Amino acid sequence: MAGEVVIRAQGLSKRYGDAVAVDHIDLEVAAGEIVGILGPNGSGKTTTILMLLGLTEPTGGRAEVAGFDPLREPLEVKRRVGYLPDQIGFYDGLSARDNLAYTGRLAGLPRAEIDARFAAALERVGLSHVGRARVGTFSQGMRQRLGLAEVLMKRPSVAILDEPTTALDPHSTQEFLEMIRGLKADGTAVLLSSHHLDQVQSVCDRVALFNRGRVALSGSVTDLAGRVLGGGHVIDVEARGPAIADRLAAIPGVVRVQRLGGDRYRVDCQRDMRAEIARQLAPTVELVGIHFAAPSLNEVYNRYFEEQRDAAE
Amino acid sequence: MPLSRSPEARRRGSPWTGLGAVVAKETADNLSGVRMLVIEALVFLIALVVAWLSTNTIRETIGQSPFLFLRLLTIAPDPIPFSFIFMIGLVTPVIAIALGFDAINAEFNQRTLSRILAQPIYRDALLLGKFLARLLAFTIALVSLWLLVLGQGFLRLGLPPSFEELIRMLGFLLATIAYGGVWIALAVLFSVLFRAPATAALAALGLWLLFAFFWTIMVTPLLSTIIAGPSQGLLGPNLAYLQTAQIVERISPNTLYADAAQALLYPDTRALGPVFVSQLRGALLGAPLPVSQSFILIWPQLTGLIAATIVIFAIAYVVFQRQEIRA
Repeated sequence: MAGEVVIRAQGLSKRYGDAVAVDHIDLEVAAGEIVGILGPNGSGKTTTILMLLGLTEPTGGRAEVAGFDPLREPLEVKRRVGYLPDQIGFYDGLSARDNLAYTGRLAGLPRAEIDARFAAALERVGLSHVGRARVGTFSQGMRQRLGLAEVLMKRPSVAILDEPTTALDPHSTQEFLEMIRGLKADGTAVLLSSHHLDQVQSVCDRVALFNRGRVALSGSVTDLAGRVLGGGHVIDVEARGPAIADRLAAIPGVVRVQRLGGDRYRVDCQRDMRAEIARQLAPTVELVGIHFAAPSLNEVYNRYFEEQRDAAE
Repeated sequence: MPLSRSPEARRRGSPWTGLGAVVAKETADNLSGVRMLVIEALVFLIALVVAWLSTNTIRETIGQSPFLFLRLLTIAPDPIPFSFIFMIGLVTPVIAIALGFDAINAEFNQRTLSRILAQPIYRDALLLGKFLARLLAFTIALVSLWLLVLGQGFLRLGLPPSFEELIRMLGFLLATIAYGGVWIALAVLFSVLFRAPATAALAALGLWLLFAFFWTIMVTPLLSTIIAGPSQGLLGPNLAYLQTAQIVERISPNTLYADAAQALLYPDTRALGPVFVSQLRGALLGAPLPVSQSFILIWPQLTGLIAATIVIFAIAYVVFQRQEIRA
């Protein structure tokens, strides 16, 4: 972890009557770290975010955000947390400046400070030219950027971003992800909730996989791949010859072999087995290439939920 | 680790943090919005027409009453069949509902609520700020109307109001603000209860119709008969029925406001309910009541309106506190 822990949840729970929305989750995020929270709809991600923000009361457990308890000291927490909600809304009749000036005043910032921070934040998200325009004229992408500008204006210790790239085009998405990396560079801890697994993988240091209100898995993508895909080391092999898949699967230490198409195979291993694979295939097989493949979060995610579904059946 | 409701578990920080920012923003929105322009146009029209016609009527009958300015508010000038206070009683709830019916649900629908509540502010301040801003906008509209009527009366009658008239008119203004407060609180409550602004507006207007047109003529007789028996006894009117009817009628804010307006603007009003002949012994019938006595007379009505506002706002507060904020 990069630094001091700024989000800590211990046994955090939320029940609505008999329904359990969040079930004893433990979570830690350090300053300057980007942690992705993933999971299907209704798995407890947003409820967890709302509890960390002090917008809903936990029914059990404890949380600490930026050194404060969101249940008892929500104002202190909210002063230090920037929140970009899913499908952010603004007052359409007001200008970008007036919208952000309002939240700046709510945050207790003096007028001069609001103006200075507003200009800097808008510059950073590339909206300087529309500061005086009515938000009603903004595209969804511009609204998302304005939402991020609002987060930046707060200069928060923690940024919580809920589906920030929804409705963004690919170019804007890349720019947005770059801005999120910028938050990390500022030392801000970022909690990123998203269904776009490739984006999460590209910016997050760690991920927490939510399932039925629990954190089912957490760690780096490589850690998760190790646990879910059974290996942790994924090797792509390109080779020509007979029964290659069977021969690869027979090598001790190989967990799984998947044919990707043509002469390409993906091998999940328990360790770095490139040399061993090359040696085993060498006598009868023409080895074209062998190299590490980055584990895909998408693959981890799908495999985990496939296994869950199979186990349930 | 179970959570307890011990004193340490109570939230810290003032519930009114950010209240000023909310009031300022909401007041600015209300005053600059199209809705307020429509309300101001309505107010201007009422003031102009009613005061003009009333002063015409008063000038023809100038010797009939020492309270010329009060008559400005109470007479039904030709050709309009109702007085200024009747019109105010009618449009106040409509203005209040127009200001308040989308106070909270609009925040849900615009998806601004979670963004705003993610700022260092409690829901308490947001709800109270919205209510106070609407009450302020309503008060500004009402005071404008009051000053327009007063000014026009002053110009056309050529006389200033007496001190007593001024006090009575200020009392009437206060009662109208309290009456508007009840309807704003109701509109805000419906905006918390219903996500669709149209449903909230319809519910509030339905309640207004009930109190304005059906309460006295339908609900009151029905409930009073069920509770206290028929209105006529063997020896005349049934006193229990009359008293019950009065209690039921005063559940309606319209009745409380009408009572207050009656006692303040008709100085000869000595009681607001059944009066026995024994109570009139020694009274100078038709003589105006001192203004202090009129205020004592309306005190229950005025406090009733303020209490109703507080109770309705408290219900809205409780409901809002229990709502899940996901938008």
